Amino acid sequence: MATPVVLYETEYEQLKRAITRLCSDANAKFVFLVDRSGQQIASHGEMLNLDTTSLASLTAGNVAATDGLAHLIGERGFPVLSHEGERDNLHISIIAARVILVVIFDVRSSLGLVRLRVKRATAEMTSIFDLIDSKVERDRDLGMSLESPFAEITEEDIDALFN
Amino acid sequence: MTFINYASREINCKIVYYGPGLGGKTTNLQYIYDSTAAQAKGKLISLATETDRTLFFDFLPLDLGTVRGFKTRFHLYTVPGQVFYDASRKLILKGVDGMVFVADSQRERMDANVESLFNLELNLKQHGYDLMKVPYVLQLNKRDLPNVVSTADLTAELHRKGEPVFEGVANRGVGVFDTLKAIAKQVLLELRKDGSG
Ligand SMILES: Nc1nc2c(ncn2[C@@H]2O[C@H](COP(=O)(O)OP(=O)(O)OP(=O)(O)O)[C@@H](O)[C@H]2O)c(=O)[nH]1
Ligand SMILES: [Mg+2]
Repeated sequence: MATPVVLYETEYEQLKRAITRLCSDANAKFVFLVDRSGQQIASHGEMLNLDTTSLASLTAGNVAATDGLAHLIGERGFPVLSHEGERDNLHISIIAARVILVVIFDVRSSLGLVRLRVKRATAEMTSIFDLIDSKVERDRDLGMSLESPFAEITEEDIDALFN
Repeated sequence: MTFINYASREINCKIVYYGPGLGGKTTNLQYIYDSTAAQAKGKLISLATETDRTLFFDFLPLDLGTVRGFKTRFHLYTVPGQVFYDASRKLILKGVDGMVFVADSQRERMDANVESLFNLELNLKQHGYDLMKVPYVLQLNKRDLPNVVSTADLTAELHRKGEPVFEGVANRGVGVFDTLKAIAKQVLLELRKDGSG
């Protein structure tokens, strides 16, 4: 099986800071990080009652479908997707080849501004993800496996979940 | 792909329901949704045609509770079973942690079961997975219908390894939670072996 994606406190805080800054620099309503399989990583913004779990899964589906389309016509992928609505707009881009960045913005911002700010934030977040990778690699080289919180899980623990 | 968030102390796992068209994959999720307390579930998203055939996927996020201080969340997906939706089916498998195969027990759907199972193995392979190593459960659904193949014959034909096999009548909930529990168990026990990033 694929090894799990791991997110630690330190890097999580760094990512959180990066998207918080992006949200304010871009004058956006909401900024959101999700992995390609639809798992939510971090979010920041003012949209109340936004169903972020659904947003994550549909975003991943959307990116996957668009990638599929790209391959059909011989493209490697479309690095940016942008959807324009009557009030709100979506800007979707890929970071470090594996994480999806979603920015929701309205008339208080513009596509140009969002694009500009996303560019800078992408560089910053790419280095955070590289850091996570090298951390994981280093631990592996040292023969340390990251302690799974479930290393000692028992069948009884799992049975208890279903009661 | 299991996602372990040490910051928010959450573990998310992805389960995909696979199988031939009209076999009852969406019905499984619908039943789970209908019988789960509001605080333990998110919205059920169905990207379906006007005739309720799955077009891209169904998605149901489920909070199972806390294990060893970690919030355990399962993301359940179904694929579209109809043969010609293969491109979409493939996409849904990305990052899967566990598979449920929902077989249609009706005699006339036997070929469709075999075809779909073959397609599953092929698509998993393209993502670099091996069905033999993936947490996996087989559900023999529609046991209430008159024209079904016997459980023994169906099992003999479709089982691929020592996977748990459950009989189901998904629209009445029979076997639905047994199936879910069995796959969840395998997925979580898998984390015991492999906590490395
Ligand atoms: N009699 C009977 N009908 C069932 C059972 N399970 C599902 N159905 C019915 O079978 C039909 C198809 O079920 P779905 O859950 O939509 O099938 P699916 O596997 O999602 O089909 P696709 O989306 O096309 O892949 C529906 O009308 C269900 O009510 C069962 O155990 N017995
Ligand atoms: Mg369906």
